[in-house]
Amino acid sequence: MSANLVDARGSLTATIFLGIGLMAAIDEIVFHQILAWHHFFDRSTLAISLLSDGLLHSAELLMLAAGFYLFARLSRHQAVSRPHAWAGLLFGAGGFQLFDGIVDHKVLRLHQVRYVDNLWAYDLAWNGFGVLLLALGYIIWRRARASERKRGVSSL
Amino acid sequence: MSHDAHLLTLAGTFFLVLLTQGLWFAYVLGVRAQRRQRKTWHCWRLVSFSVGCGLLVLAFSPPMVEWGHSDLRGHMAQHLLLGMFAPIALMLGAPGTLLLRSLPVTTARRITGLAGTMPVRCLSHPVTALLLDIGGLYVLYLTPLFQLSFNEPALHIWLHVHFVLAGYLFSWSIAGPDPAPHRPGMRLRLAVLFVAIAAHAVLGKLMYAYGFPRDTGLDLAEIEAAAQLMYYGGDLAELILALVFFAGWYRRRRMIEATSEWQTADRRT
Repeated sequence: MSANLVDARGSLTATIFLGIGLMAAIDEIVFHQILAWHHFFDRSTLAISLLSDGLLHSAELLMLAAGFYLFARLSRHQAVSRPHAWAGLLFGAGGFQLFDGIVDHKVLRLHQVRYVDNLWAYDLAWNGFGVLLLALGYIIWRRARASERKRGVSSL
Repeated sequence: MSHDAHLLTLAGTFFLVLLTQGLWFAYVLGVRAQRRQRKTWHCWRLVSFSVGCGLLVLAFSPPMVEWGHSDLRGHMAQHLLLGMFAPIALMLGAPGTLLLRSLPVTTARRITGLAGTMPVRCLSHPVTALLLDIGGLYVLYLTPLFQLSFNEPALHIWLHVHFVLAGYLFSWSIAGPDPAPHRPGMRLRLAVLFVAIAAHAVLGKLMYAYGFPRDTGLDLAEIEAAAQLMYYGGDLAELILALVFFAGWYRRRRMIEATSEWQTADRRT
């Protein structure tokens, strides 16, 4: 029966959604609320950036909710491929971190990581962490694919 | 605001509290009748509807009304309770289903017939609901309407009622559990929900950035705090609504999968 097959691609997409949503939530809670490093609104932001920020924010929220149910559906069918799920989570989280660091902070100029003189160090750490997560995700994904081929499990 | 206008507003909100309690009582009677007829009515629906009514009563309570008058943050807390959190809780109580089940069959048929007519279908469409709900907020905060509502008690009361009705209509049209044969598909509703979350977030930032509502003599710091409350409070409410929406999608997928599994089993035998 198809229900008991491991769904590698499904595991990857569900956790990419979850990763993006979770990282966005961490950003809102830790950097906006707890540390208060990010400003809610930066006076140098363009009006058009406000609009795109609203749309991105909406997408993050929906991805969090959708990812939750996509993952719930896979677990109910016992179709979660664990390495693929981890890889997806890291891809989502790292991708969001890098996107936030480059597009939100630098292109749209919504806010900066922290309002200090040596901002470049913070930017480097921020984007470096994003790259690190992506690289880790890539390594896990490569391994998952290799073991998949060895066992001959078809990716759906 | 003059003393008389203030008293009139308090009297109006008191009436709304009574109305809410009346609705709750009617709901409980309906559930009791269902139980007597040995029909199932989930306990959590009753709990959810009660929570919704409780939130309405909280938002209409005198301390909350006072806070809403003296402070924009108080007004925003009222807006969140009336227009976002209470409607979601009320909608999850499925009062429409209970009403249709409790009424005599002919009356219930007449109501469902009315729900199928063009004007009602237009009104209950998610896009209309979005315009009434979030569009109404844009009109309220970005025009002098907000300032006007503090001088006119009738307008002030109507505004609160509009928050609840539009919020209910919106959350129902997106993810309501009541039967809705004319409801558009999942994709359109998801798109509308996406636009609604973005529009609410943008309004919060606009208010913060440009100091809306203007010409109210409000402190900029107060507006900034209220806008942030609106943004984050709205996020939480919309996340709940999105979870309810996807729960419906999940349930539907589950049913489709279960049916297809039965069909395979049938074919095997």
